[in-house]
Amino acid sequence: MSIIVLFLAVIAVIAGWWLSQQQLMTKPWLNVGSVGDIQAWDGSSTPTAKVGLGIFLAVAGCLFALLVSAYFMRIEIGSTNGTVLRTMPTPRLLWFNTGVLVFSSIALQCAQIATRHGHTDVVRDGLLLGAASALVFLAGQILVWRQLVDAGYFAASNPGNAFFYLLTGVHGLHVAGGLVALGKTLSKFWREVPTVRLRLSVWLCTVYWHFLLLVWLIILALLTGWADNIIVICRAWVV
Amino acid sequence: MSEVTADTVGSIGPAEVPEVELYHAHTWLTKYVFCQDAKVIAIQYSLTAMAIGLVALVLSWLMRLQLAFPGEFSLIQSDNYYQFITMHGMIMVIYLLTALFLGGFGNYLIPLMVGARDMAFPYVNMLSYWVYLLAVLILVAGFFAPGGPTGAGWTLYPPQAILSGTPGHEWGIILMMASLILFIIGFTMGGLNYVVTVLQCRTRGMTLMRLPLTVWGIFTATVMALLAFPALFVGCVMMTLDRMLGTSFFMPSIVELGQQLTYSGGSPILFQHLFWFFGHPEVYIVALPAFGIVSDLISTHARKNIFGYRMMVWAIVGIGALSFIVWAHHMYISGMDPYFGFFFATTTLIIAVPTAIKVYNWVLTLWRGDIHLTVPMLFALAFIVTFVNGGLTGLFLGNVVVDVPLSATLFVVAHFHMVMGVAPIMTVFGGIYHWYPKVTGRMLNETLGRVHFWVTFVGAYAIFFPMHYLGLLGVPRRYYELGDTAFIPASAATLNVFITVAALIVGAAQLVFLFNLFWSLSRGKESGPNPWRATTLEWQTPQTPPGHGNWGKDLPIVYRWPYDYSVPGAEQDFIPQNQPAFAKVG
Repeated sequence: MSIIVLFLAVIAVIAGWWLSQQQLMTKPWLNVGSVGDIQAWDGSSTPTAKVGLGIFLAVAGCLFALLVSAYFMRIEIGSTNGTVLRTMPTPRLLWFNTGVLVFSSIALQCAQIATRHGHTDVVRDGLLLGAASALVFLAGQILVWRQLVDAGYFAASNPGNAFFYLLTGVHGLHVAGGLVALGKTLSKFWREVPTVRLRLSVWLCTVYWHFLLLVWLIILALLTGWADNIIVICRAWVV
Repeated sequence: MSEVTADTVGSIGPAEVPEVELYHAHTWLTKYVFCQDAKVIAIQYSLTAMAIGLVALVLSWLMRLQLAFPGEFSLIQSDNYYQFITMHGMIMVIYLLTALFLGGFGNYLIPLMVGARDMAFPYVNMLSYWVYLLAVLILVAGFFAPGGPTGAGWTLYPPQAILSGTPGHEWGIILMMASLILFIIGFTMGGLNYVVTVLQCRTRGMTLMRLPLTVWGIFTATVMALLAFPALFVGCVMMTLDRMLGTSFFMPSIVELGQQLTYSGGSPILFQHLFWFFGHPEVYIVALPAFGIVSDLISTHARKNIFGYRMMVWAIVGIGALSFIVWAHHMYISGMDPYFGFFFATTTLIIAVPTAIKVYNWVLTLWRGDIHLTVPMLFALAFIVTFVNGGLTGLFLGNVVVDVPLSATLFVVAHFHMVMGVAPIMTVFGGIYHWYPKVTGRMLNETLGRVHFWVTFVGAYAIFFPMHYLGLLGVPRRYYELGDTAFIPASAATLNVFITVAALIVGAAQLVFLFNLFWSLSRGKESGPNPWRATTLEWQTPQTPPGHGNWGKDLPIVYRWPYDYSVPGAEQDFIPQNQPAFAKVG
């Protein structure tokens, strides 16, 4: 559970920093305003949707941190009872899918930059390419699952397999949810909503995409064994 | 004092965050069913939560009948007894208390108390209710599924939860998992609304330190819920995979009825960590809104500002943060490393400090206050008394060595019912009696309210106080029947009968409340806009009940904190938040 506690510690630091800006030591009973002397409103000028996304990313991050925490704990248990956690080969398609997800993030980033400069063609292309490549990613992930099942690597065969399917499945569901939001953004683009609103929508999708890419890279590092050395160091430090 | 003129007000700059564009419903369906108005959603949440809570209440009666008169009722067998325990616990903690405090009170009070027209994301808020309702329906479907609902206990511990020895292992457990997963998704949608609305939609002048403690309690509880529910989500998903695909996240190598199962290498302790990582913050998710509401009830009905407002805020935030590092005090007997036990016992005792500070501040608020023993005040006082009682027994259970003999006895059952069952429910009732005039424009009947209060309060003590003694004797929890056990005297059985009779009487008293709730809708005395002469913004709306958009043409402007009661020199014994001080003379 160390991973999730660390993740929450980071959230706590951010929350603590934000709280420290909120003048929580003022004496509100002395702070009475008169007409014409209204206390400066301390609300943020950050768009509400950005705050909403930030909080949602904290929640989704919590979810993935918990899954990773559970994975670490399972490794710990495996090391004591001799269960080998990883017997599954890494399908090559997984690397292709990773590339597609990177491309999807880049496409959306380009669309986001284009909204600032008013290049509507680039916005359109970026959004469409981003959506299409995310769909290709999802299709690729399903294909990976089928390849593994055909090769006899079932979820129940081994805890490593189970975590693979679980982590990739939860990540895929989040990508699918993002596609719904991206679809709504595309619809806004075609309805020619005001630029400010469109820019905000594209920004939100882009940030979410980058988040999912980061999560995917971490999952990949764990499942393919790239992060093994780091895991060994972390376990030695915690235990 | 110079005249307050519209021009002077108009010279104040606009809010930095523009007003939320309000959705206007046009059809009957979008006005009353798929409504995006937080007030309607609040009522939907509240009625659904109370309805399912009544189901859980009936289940508790059935359990009590079995404990008092073992084997007398053919309806109650060992299988369904565990199903009653499980469903009672899960419904009460999650589907009633969490839904009612956050979905019910939160939806109604947050926009009004912060001076907003509605929640930040009204469409998502509306969806959150329907997802919650779907979760409730799936949960209830368990009663009708083959094998009935799960009997694994509200804690749903594997491996038993999905093995054939536990009732509901065929369909019940799957439906429970599906229901919880949906609930968590719905609550994430709602929770985003509550948090973002408090952060972004406060009206001009409403700084964080001018928020009523009700909002602080619900806000902090929502932040905790957003971060804690994922742990339950992960546990449920993994357990569903164990059940349906035969994975071994939690399932060790196990022999069932002489057959070696295919599971291997999983850890039931992993589930316990995940569950209690959610489970402990969950109890504070229920408690913090209650703390906030009680502060406002006491202040209003004692006509006195809350003592130590800043410390109350810091205590709420501190309790919220600390609640994430105490979870393993639910796992002292799981075989964990004793040094972990020591760590968690320490953090558990530390979390008692801000909680105690809050209790002192409530008492100091009452000290020399102009106490009006209205029904809301009675319930607020009852909360303090019962919460202190339950909290003290928590100190016993928080210490590892003392917990070991008391774990899994009725002492634990008595403790958590006092802190989570009795105390927050007192607040729920107090809150309903307090805010009913705002929601409906009518007062609840005072006499019926007092009858309801006294029977509930005295009755709840009669139920749970003796239960501590049963626990100290060693009477175990979750036992269908005790049989002839050497260390349990015959008087324990008599005490069980006493507790059951008290429980049935308290149950009957709730019918009085329900009658009052619906009778007063049409026959209650008209309340006017502010019957309690309260300072908080929700009582300052131009219409009662508040209309769509809450505030009419202009949003309120806030000039002061919410506890200006009995201010020396003031004309009245309360000054509403949106009343300016003397205007500056140029």
